[in-house]
Amino acid sequence: MQEHIFKQYDAELEAVRAKVLEMGSLVEQQIVDALEALLASNPKLAKTVIKKDHLVNALEVQIDEDCSHIIARRQPTAGDLRMVLMMIKTITDLERIGDEAAKIARYAVKATENARLLGPRFVEIKAMTNSTREMLHMALDAFARSDATKVLEIAQMDEEVDEQYQATIRQLITFMLEDPRTISISLEILFIAKAVERIGDHAKNISEYVVYMVKGKDVRHISMEEKEQDAMQP
Amino acid sequence: MVNNMINATTALKAESRNLNFFYADGKQALKGVNMPLYENKITALIGPSGCGKSTFLRCFNRMHDLYPGNKYQGEIVMHPDNTNILEHGVDPIEVRMRISMVFQKPNPFPKSIYENVAYGLRVRGESNKRMLDEKVEEALKGAAIWNEVKDRLQDLAFNLSGGQQQRLCIARALATDPEIMLFDEPTSALDPIATANIEELMSELKEKLTILVVTHNMQQAARVSDYTAYMYLGELMEYDDTNTIFTRPSRKETEDYITGKFG
Repeated sequence: MQEHIFKQYDAELEAVRAKVLEMGSLVEQQIVDALEALLASNPKLAKTVIKKDHLVNALEVQIDEDCSHIIARRQPTAGDLRMVLMMIKTITDLERIGDEAAKIARYAVKATENARLLGPRFVEIKAMTNSTREMLHMALDAFARSDATKVLEIAQMDEEVDEQYQATIRQLITFMLEDPRTISISLEILFIAKAVERIGDHAKNISEYVVYMVKGKDVRHISMEEKEQDAMQP
Repeated sequence: MVNNMINATTALKAESRNLNFFYADGKQALKGVNMPLYENKITALIGPSGCGKSTFLRCFNRMHDLYPGNKYQGEIVMHPDNTNILEHGVDPIEVRMRISMVFQKPNPFPKSIYENVAYGLRVRGESNKRMLDEKVEEALKGAAIWNEVKDRLQDLAFNLSGGQQQRLCIARALATDPEIMLFDEPTSALDPIATANIEELMSELKEKLTILVVTHNMQQAARVSDYTAYMYLGELMEYDDTNTIFTRPSRKETEDYITGKFG
């Protein structure tokens, strides 16, 4: 991309962009660690995830402030404006993903106590979490490369995650009907699944912001068919 | 590159058709400019120095006629009467009654406040004192300066502040009831508060007339205009509604200019 005449402006935009990516990879690691803590019944790791959530929050505050400074001092337009707007929205989603990871970690601490009962039932959670982590990774990568083509694939993955989530609910209902003693544990698994499903939604949002940044088109809240048509256009 | 789809409901006030302009030394300053001016809207012309935006603006009131050897080609058509104001038979004085101009630096005449505004009317042959009083008051009110000068109409115009002088010039331009008002960098000599006053005034004036403004201040174009035209090397590169130009321009050249990456 061509540089601004005012070089300091480039440096400022680049610095914020780098911070957003830093926040993204921190959040991604939080998801990985939260899942690991859950699967391996590792309360120590779970507590680390919970503790590190404040780093995610601090980055959000910092990036918001940086963006407000750029708006106030540079009055960004066109592609610059879209990037700043995109980053402001992206970090909200990243912060929420961070919250979901912390939520999973909190359940992981509790779950350790019921490890025997729960262990085998985490298979779906694991698959879902890996999908959503991959979605987030792809969305951040698309942001880093200003690549508007990934949105469709990520939206399709999100639909699969939603299906997995529905399947998990159905399965949990069966458990609960069979043996009411599993109700409280099943509910916890349900909350974890919900958290993972939300991560997918946030990752999808980010991939949509990337399209806005690159093409100036708003592809939120449109059908899969419209997304497909849109993907064909430059 | 004009997006014709953008305004099917707004009436055209004027348009340039394949407008070329040559200075006396043979230099071509405008190259085939096709551009609409929509009625009761503000159109801003932006572009780097020497891109032809002021040249284009000045064609609209035949300012270039003041220097021999300058040559127009193409048309500037006024609506609804379909008059091509560049045609030989058309009197530039008449054109300037319909299309008035406000310049970069406030340039009041060395006369009283009253006489500055009455001047155009006197040129037109108006001599009825009551009529003149009424018109002067109306124009000064229209230019949002009446309250500041009503008790000192006979003072010399030069005693006003820069911002007031510029509003006086707007009143002078308004007095002849123009259909279009041209602004050539109207606030580049003014402080931010006086600038805000002029911008506010422009958005009030567009209720009554159509405005074309040249500005070097991109944020000003973004603030006041409904449509923005980006010119470069005498050509109209992109024309669109202002929101589109400043959020998702379709040409890379426009993007580079408005984001400050030009050159």
